[in-house]
Amino acid sequence: MLTTKTFLKKTKRGNILKIVREHYLRDDIWCGSVLCKTCSMKEREKTLEKDLDHSSSLFSFPHYLVLDTNIVLDQIDVLEENSFENVIILQTVLEEVKHRSSPVYRRLKDIISNPDRKFYVFVNEHHKDTYVERKAGESVNDRNDRAIRVATAWYASHLAPSQPKGKNKHVSIVLLTDDAANRQKAKDEGLISCSVHDYVSSLENAPALLDKLSKRNFVLEGNSKEPLFPLHLSPKEIQDGIKAGKLLQGTFLASRENFLEGSVNVEGYEKFILVQGHAGLNRAVDGDTVALELLPESEWVAPSDIVLEDAEEDPGDILDDEAKMEKEKQKAKKVEREPTGKVVGIIRRKWRQYCGILQPSQDKNSIRHLFMPAERKISKIRIETRQAETLKSQRIIVAIDSWPRTSRYPLGHFVRALGNIGDKNTENEVLLLEHDVPHSKFSEQVLSFLPKLPWVITDADLERRVDLRNITICSVDPPGCTDIDDALHCRELENGNYEVGVHIADVSHFIRPGNALDKEAALRATTVYLVDKRIDMVPELLSSNLCSLRGNEERFAFSCIWELTKDATIVNTKFHKSVICSKAALTYGEAQARIDDKTLNDDVVKSLRGLNSLAKILKKRRIENGALVLASPEIRFQVDSETHDPIEVVAKKMLETNSMVEEFMLLANISVAQKIVEEFPECAMLRRHPQPPPTNFEPLVKAGHLQGFEINVESGKDLAESLDKAVKSDNPYFNTMLRIMATRCMMQAVYFASGMLQKDEFFHYGLACPIYTHFTSPIRRYADIIVHRLLAACIGADSTYPELLDKRKSHSLCHNLNYRNRMAQYAGRASVNLHTHLFFRNRVQDEQGYVLYVRKNALQILIPKYGLEGTLYLAPPKGQIAKVNFTYNEEEQSQSHGSIKFRVFDPVTVQLSLDRRNVQHEKLMLLLVKPEIPEFSVPSQAGSQQVEAMDVDEVKDVAPPPKRQKKSK
Amino acid sequence: MDLLSDQGLRLDGRRPDELRNIRCKMGVFNQADGSAYLEQGNTKVLATVYGPHQPRGQARNRAPHDEAFVNCQYSMAVFSTGERKNRPRGDRKSQEMSIHLRQALVSAIRTELYPRSQLDIFVEVLQADGGNYCACVNAATLALVDAGVGMREYAVACSASLANGEIPLVDISHLEESTGGPNLTVASLPISGQVALMEMSQRFHSDHLPKVLERALEGCKDIHRILDDTVRKHVEETGRASGWGQVDRAGIVL
Repeated sequence: MLTTKTFLKKTKRGNILKIVREHYLRDDIWCGSVLCKTCSMKEREKTLEKDLDHSSSLFSFPHYLVLDTNIVLDQIDVLEENSFENVIILQTVLEEVKHRSSPVYRRLKDIISNPDRKFYVFVNEHHKDTYVERKAGESVNDRNDRAIRVATAWYASHLAPSQPKGKNKHVSIVLLTDDAANRQKAKDEGLISCSVHDYVSSLENAPALLDKLSKRNFVLEGNSKEPLFPLHLSPKEIQDGIKAGKLLQGTFLASRENFLEGSVNVEGYEKFILVQGHAGLNRAVDGDTVALELLPESEWVAPSDIVLEDAEEDPGDILDDEAKMEKEKQKAKKVEREPTGKVVGIIRRKWRQYCGILQPSQDKNSIRHLFMPAERKISKIRIETRQAETLKSQRIIVAIDSWPRTSRYPLGHFVRALGNIGDKNTENEVLLLEHDVPHSKFSEQVLSFLPKLPWVITDADLERRVDLRNITICSVDPPGCTDIDDALHCRELENGNYEVGVHIADVSHFIRPGNALDKEAALRATTVYLVDKRIDMVPELLSSNLCSLRGNEERFAFSCIWELTKDATIVNTKFHKSVICSKAALTYGEAQARIDDKTLNDDVVKSLRGLNSLAKILKKRRIENGALVLASPEIRFQVDSETHDPIEVVAKKMLETNSMVEEFMLLANISVAQKIVEEFPECAMLRRHPQPPPTNFEPLVKAGHLQGFEINVESGKDLAESLDKAVKSDNPYFNTMLRIMATRCMMQAVYFASGMLQKDEFFHYGLACPIYTHFTSPIRRYADIIVHRLLAACIGADSTYPELLDKRKSHSLCHNLNYRNRMAQYAGRASVNLHTHLFFRNRVQDEQGYVLYVRKNALQILIPKYGLEGTLYLAPPKGQIAKVNFTYNEEEQSQSHGSIKFRVFDPVTVQLSLDRRNVQHEKLMLLLVKPEIPEFSVPSQAGSQQVEAMDVDEVKDVAPPPKRQKKSK
Repeated sequence: MDLLSDQGLRLDGRRPDELRNIRCKMGVFNQADGSAYLEQGNTKVLATVYGPHQPRGQARNRAPHDEAFVNCQYSMAVFSTGERKNRPRGDRKSQEMSIHLRQALVSAIRTELYPRSQLDIFVEVLQADGGNYCACVNAATLALVDAGVGMREYAVACSASLANGEIPLVDISHLEESTGGPNLTVASLPISGQVALMEMSQRFHSDHLPKVLERALEGCKDIHRILDDTVRKHVEETGRASGWGQVDRAGIVL
């Protein structure tokens, strides 16, 4: 049967197009139930069960559930619970969900692909009996609702003949919908339907499930209350307003310090636009895209200096606190005033799930509680829970559902508990969630694409690969590394040249484009390394076994082989897929020891020595070209083997072998980049590092100048040279500190698709090479997998696929990779912080440090031993009177008190301890020990009543770019 | 957008190996020597054949002395697409299509039977919804049969694509064409299995070519069956109506 779909569509240019499409209706779409005797579906493909245990007290008979779209969209948290089984998902619903929210769609697909959950997709849109035509005057939503009801009715009548009569055994169909109108219509048509709330409360484990219900349609008691917030404009009004130029569109960024203040980043505006007060913010949450109305210049204000935290107690649905702000406003001078606006509508919410804790409540029996997110930019959220007693000592996750005008706080629901506050695993979980690192277990669907064990190399495999198993290949990695993705070899050729090979794990052989495994890896984008944990990008079977180039095991590799002359000039380069057998998996230390041990002279050692000598030449040449040697304080924790608590901190050591491996990885990456860009000039995935604008270097140049060194930042080469010259004999750490400062001036290196930029923009500033990519770590970086695929296509070893060659798709992929990489980096840092806190939990220690920056009210101190940076506050916290006053000299970048003067790079001794008063935000506290200042400094190794606290990451974020200025792009 | 859903259905509800609905009719005009109308889903095509006749115009000089000169013209009605077209014929795309049409048809027509003559084939796309070329070849074949032109066998064309990088799809609609994914068009002589023309847009790896080609040729065979049925039915009808002779149900002259 055939029907046509006709609809009108507006094109990008504004033309109205009539689109006619064919729509085939079939009679071979089966119902998927084991009960059914009429459908000729294969028995093993049937999903819906015959014998159901019906735990619902609302319905006394077994039943299948049909879900409405709104249930899936709003209640996906509950649906993920195992209590829901034997569910029919209609295609109408699936399409609508896909259209409305891709994260929910992904989660739904995961549920469907899990065979234990018994979710069946019924393609009702193409079934001849369940397809419904849109009636004249009927909205799309109404049509879809009707389609759902028709399909529900069809199921009921379809299953009836196959079942014995008798009410209690008879499997019925229950429609779950939260749309009251739809429910009423279903009732009129003789269908069984109920709301999700009623259904869930009738289940056995109702209390736990009820907490997870979204409160979207939840009505506050006393609905007649005065609305607290102004009304949001309708989408149409917003669109018209933006078009007419009356409204502005931008991203709302809440302030950390003041919950009643935020700014909106509007494209085309030099400065952020300030918004203040409850009415001004008008229920915007950090990250939302909002419509903004600019106030007349006479009403502009300055950002308030005061720190305003939301009161501890729940004041109910009233607004206050504004008075304090009002006073501040009067004081502001004309010059300081900034463009100010007010939020008039929300264009797109960017709500996610938030971590935090429950705020202790007076009323023990109340089910209403306030939730305090760990992220200070997010307002408190009101949730309902019946498990407050158990949850109050735990970190929990909460999702926002809505923010009605009458409520001071947004309404949300409890999603899940992470664990006890202060527990290391819980804290790890928190930091992963807060940095948006996908870390759930790999789904069944993803795992189904893994190769079956035992994995053997077949003759067909060998035929397509070069056999390098007899070559002496070895790998060099940090200790404890299980995902070995690179191995090297070097041998002398008859003509006196060297043959050097870099062999990279052939991950793209196992991860085929477009399947669930590939999609998951693309989403994760990178493996995230925490201090005590690794969040894999690909399942462990691949990362630590089949792909990992372990010693004395045959593995697939992608090889890059050069012929190099004695002075490390490339004669030729070859790429091919190969089979290798690594002779030794060494650590940096072991490799170094073997090179240094004169008595050893086997093949592995010869190979290593050859590599080492070539690497030195390569490195020298690279540095001559202007590559930067930067420093960042890197440390490693020595972890207790049983409790996994950190017991000692050591700085990472750099051996010659580290740089040996690095050099060849760089060489491979550059060679591959040249090759793929030659073959695919439009869609090659490359990595670039833009030159920072000169303004970025200002603090560095200023700091150098004060110490009597000229830092030339004209080009990378100049910078490298002037950094080399800046050495102080009395302060050996001075040069390292300069390099740390230089690192902070740099831009982020990013992935991009070659077709999106001009050739001269490909430049990698840090490495001083015109073209660069990532090829050498496909186990832990998705970009490398793409590069592998491109290279494989270049040499005819593998096929391309449309997405690989589509530069727009590549571009959006790069976007995700860059985002995840950045987040992974932040998560890694946060993990180090967390461990530093754990380390200092029961310790008070004096440490040597250096002044890195001088600020108006504080000194930024770098402590080399722990690689950490902390703030030593010179002014007391608000409300206390300073006993010791410091004078700040902005020109000279110094703080002085009497004869004691703190300047950049000056050594100090500070006392470190952990401030644990705030449960959500433990802080590392720095107190001055030396030089001694009476009434300010503390005696070494003794407790103190004075409190000058700091939060490591907070200061980092605020540090280099001055507040409220746009970073140049 | 996925070309193929997890449930194994394409965007319009077909399975990967299913053709669109084909409806056709021969002898739709009286003035032309042969004509046919063919619908392949929403793609609708009209074909007319004039000749063989004395070479006219430019063809007089170009016509070879030992075989017929075949002249093809492809055009698209201005109302055939969503947005009204400016030029129905003569643009680059149409010229290319004309050449490709000629290539496929010449391989099927026994041109050596008509020396010093000309054969005109005009194809007009009335509604375009993907696979225009295929529909044109198929319609032209019917029109040639209707005109009684001697042919080796039917020239039949069909397209195929590749979904999710592995599953070949037959008979590509406009939506599938524009969603991306490669498009392989094959014109073949299905009985002998010869390929008269093959054209591909977008790259895919040569590993997949055999199965995509297979699917397209399979499609050609299916279309051939449909066309053949139409021809037999048409001959039966016209034969009966005009009383040319007695024809039995199977379409064989007794």
